[in-house]
Amino acid sequence: MATQHSRMAARLMVAPSVGLLFVWMIVPLVTTIYFSFLIYNQLYPDRQGWAGFDNYYYFLTDRSFMEAIWNSIVLVGGVLIVTVIGGILLALLLNMPFWGQGIVRIMVIAPFFVMPTVSALVWKNMFMNPVNGMFAHIAKGLGLEPFDFLGHAPMASIIGIVSWEWLPFATLILLTALQSLDSEQQEAAEMDGAGRLSRFIYLTLPHLTRAITVVILIQTIFLLSIYAEIAVTTNGGPGTATTTITYQVALQSLYDNDVGGASAGGIVAVILANIVAVFVMRMIGKNLDA
Amino acid sequence: MTMTLRALLGATAALALTGMAMAETTEITVATVNNGDMIRMQGLMDDFYAKNPDIHVNWVTLEENVLRQKVTTDIATKGGQFDVLTIGTYEVPIWGKQGWLVSLDDLPEDYNKADLLPAIAGGLTVDGHLYASPFYGESSMVMYRKDLMDAAGLTMPDAPTWTDIEKAAAAMTDKSKEQYGICLRGKAGWGENMAFLTAMSNSFGAKWFDMDWKPQFDQKPWADTLAFYLHLMNDYGPPGASNNGFNENLALMQQGHCGMWIDATVAASFVTGKDSTVADKMAFALAPDNGLGKRGNWLWAWSLAIPAGTQKEAAAKAFVNWATNPAYLELVASKEGWANVPPGTRTSLYANPEYAKVPFAKMTLDSINAADPTHPTVDEVPYVGVQFVAIPEFAGIATEVGQQFSAALAGTTTAADALAAAQELTTTEMTKAGYIK
Amino acid sequence: MARKPTTAAKTTVTLLAWGIGLLIFFPILWTVLMSFHSEGDAIKSPWDMLTSVWSFESYAEVQTRSNYALHFFNSVVISVGSTLLALAIAIPAAWAMAFVPGRRTKDLLMWMLSTKMMPAVGVLIPMYLGFKNMGLLDSRLGLVAVMTLINLPIVVWMLYTYFKEIPGEILEAARMDGASLRSEIIYVLTPMALPGIASTLLLNVILAWNEAFWTLQLTTHDAAPLTQFIASYSSPEGLFYAKLSAASTMAIAPILILGWFSQKQLVRGLTFGAVK
Repeated sequence: MATQHSRMAARLMVAPSVGLLFVWMIVPLVTTIYFSFLIYNQLYPDRQGWAGFDNYYYFLTDRSFMEAIWNSIVLVGGVLIVTVIGGILLALLLNMPFWGQGIVRIMVIAPFFVMPTVSALVWKNMFMNPVNGMFAHIAKGLGLEPFDFLGHAPMASIIGIVSWEWLPFATLILLTALQSLDSEQQEAAEMDGAGRLSRFIYLTLPHLTRAITVVILIQTIFLLSIYAEIAVTTNGGPGTATTTITYQVALQSLYDNDVGGASAGGIVAVILANIVAVFVMRMIGKNLDA
Repeated sequence: MTMTLRALLGATAALALTGMAMAETTEITVATVNNGDMIRMQGLMDDFYAKNPDIHVNWVTLEENVLRQKVTTDIATKGGQFDVLTIGTYEVPIWGKQGWLVSLDDLPEDYNKADLLPAIAGGLTVDGHLYASPFYGESSMVMYRKDLMDAAGLTMPDAPTWTDIEKAAAAMTDKSKEQYGICLRGKAGWGENMAFLTAMSNSFGAKWFDMDWKPQFDQKPWADTLAFYLHLMNDYGPPGASNNGFNENLALMQQGHCGMWIDATVAASFVTGKDSTVADKMAFALAPDNGLGKRGNWLWAWSLAIPAGTQKEAAAKAFVNWATNPAYLELVASKEGWANVPPGTRTSLYANPEYAKVPFAKMTLDSINAADPTHPTVDEVPYVGVQFVAIPEFAGIATEVGQQFSAALAGTTTAADALAAAQELTTTEMTKAGYIK
Repeated sequence: MARKPTTAAKTTVTLLAWGIGLLIFFPILWTVLMSFHSEGDAIKSPWDMLTSVWSFESYAEVQTRSNYALHFFNSVVISVGSTLLALAIAIPAAWAMAFVPGRRTKDLLMWMLSTKMMPAVGVLIPMYLGFKNMGLLDSRLGLVAVMTLINLPIVVWMLYTYFKEIPGEILEAARMDGASLRSEIIYVLTPMALPGIASTLLLNVILAWNEAFWTLQLTTHDAAPLTQFIASYSSPEGLFYAKLSAASTMAIAPILILGWFSQKQLVRGLTFGAVK
């Protein structure tokens, strides 16, 4: 009786979110699917009609399409690896008692507050520039040859910039999770003579799995839509070394003004994102129940 | 819930309207780019309000890329958010043809349309109608370090050839002192490296398309252009050039790292300005040529246009007239000096003896006059535009081609492969767009 | 805390934490430093910049050029408004999914997240037309609505995770005591959930504060938040790093202060109220 009652209540409580998100999802999705089959370029209002699968054909057969998929995976995966590992280590460190905890915590979180265009501009010009940048000055000071980051390691550089922006997010979530760790259990384990490493592997890490899962899932969603950092630093180049799927859709929409093509690209991107999501869920989804 | 909200909103709007009607003020929204001359204009609005007490201007100032996206979306969907737009020479012919802009043929007498520089006005005119009024115009030219040239025992001709440039670049390069003979754009993008390379290619006799809209990257002139560009940049250019745009090069030039820089004429006022460490050592020359009758300089004008369908056309016209009137040049000169007058739009400015004293005035005018957007190339072409092709597909295609050329500069691909890729992707896009049957 | 750490250990941790913290913070520190120099000095080599004359000219110019107060006000309304609204909608949903999970709860969560997968540029035109027809272009109301919906899945997710941390036994105990659903939520659940809600609030305010696609595309003048303020200083023809740094500092400062105040809340984390 009580459970049935609460089931009802639960449904009612979930309903507004689901309803709103459903409308929010279905209206743009349907219009986008509709547009993706149209000849629709903003700059050619007089050209209209059905395009059939032409928009999809051109998007999927684009010479850089496969590379763009690979680049998207590398970008998302690279940033995830850096931020999750870095985030765990940072969270462990910040969870220990030390002087000035408050200030250090806010310093670590701060990069999250900077707008993407600004961080990309600052990193590109103030740090990575091989003539004027800070890294070049340090390299010269050490008697080394300055490295042309964005020219010779464009994707790694962008991963670096984006990781800097998202490390605070991972750290914050993981830190919050760490604080609910049962300290009595920790102490007991310590009494039993468990070393630091084994305590971390057998107690801390399992406790963090749900938080890590959440970090991975939420970040993946945001990372898939990275655009400003690429546009500011390399415009997808050199070559197609930093062209991602999202960047390609943006190119169609913002440069070509091809709404039909951009819509087709958008649908393809949604499908690919869902594949990634299912894949990720398979791997780590069970952690959510715990 | 929504009903009350709507009603409330309606009531507020009605109130706002009556409020406006009582004060008899027309509010217009002006979208503009955040370049220096436009910022200066915002500081001189008192003059406009004194002359037009019934108009109030809301400024929306944005960086170039964001501005272009926003105004394009708004005008294509007839969103009606703006009454005056700041757009470039690339957009005007395309939008004018679509009937998206209000013709400015009927601006008042004192606007003096005949005074506009013919090369600039030509790029803003579609079928005999002026669709945008130029606010400032620019071309590109060679800016170089006279002291380094003297030290090398060289002199730069006023109208150099590419061979002169190569010689000068070689002589001025001293990599041990982080001094590079030449700085050029390398970052991928239609308004970045492709603006420079397209203009440069004109002087090599290259062109984007032949009369049948067939892409021409598989022809020798383009191969020569790219090979020469790569030679200059690899041997005499700064490291990291494949991601340098206007501002990166400006910083390098101002820090004394470049012997030469070929870029927008507007940069002359920066490299000779107070923030430059080489201000007193700069000299200027026309963009180079190869003796084929075309120089490697471009032509651009940031211009004010009024979107068709605005409810406030009269007020918008009053504003456009004020901002691009000869009287505005006088106003800037009286408040901020002749060097700060928006350049490159009017013949009368260059006839003015006061303006002739500005060091880079003559070279700017000569550069602008050396560009002809209606006949940009050595051979005949089906398109308009010097450093661009005024078709809607160009921005997208040129950005992808630019990625290939920046890869060639970064050394991740060869010149031949970059050209082949450019040819292939341009052919695909032009086929898709229906130019190639 | 478990036991009192030795002073030596604490010193080591302090040094390490400060070192890493400063390293991560350094680009921001540098941005702030640049904002206090002239444009010409800002692009000089690091040492030359630090030793050049300090000036407030960038701030003075930003002050005269932009209506900071208006942009700031819009940013506050949009980010706080949308986050509160999203919280109001999401708290019941997350509560229900965490404590009364059905067979489909996980699918539902995943589906919610998937609504964020459509690239924004792909739906720009439909959205713009819709906004135009509803008269919502350049209105704070419209933007609050959009940001609420954009962040709703994230809010649900974060709350769900935090609520999951709350031991179900406590709720059962409360139910045994005959607490009604309402008092269960008000007296038992809310105090335990507060830290999680607070950290969700902070993170989503930041996400909304920095959202730079819809806030730029859907506003022009009246409702334009700080993202537009930043866009008016980035990448003009000419040097801009000092002015952009000043503008960025002004855009970051308020939210940094908010972070400072709320981090106490975050520090207490979920242990507060729970378990003991």
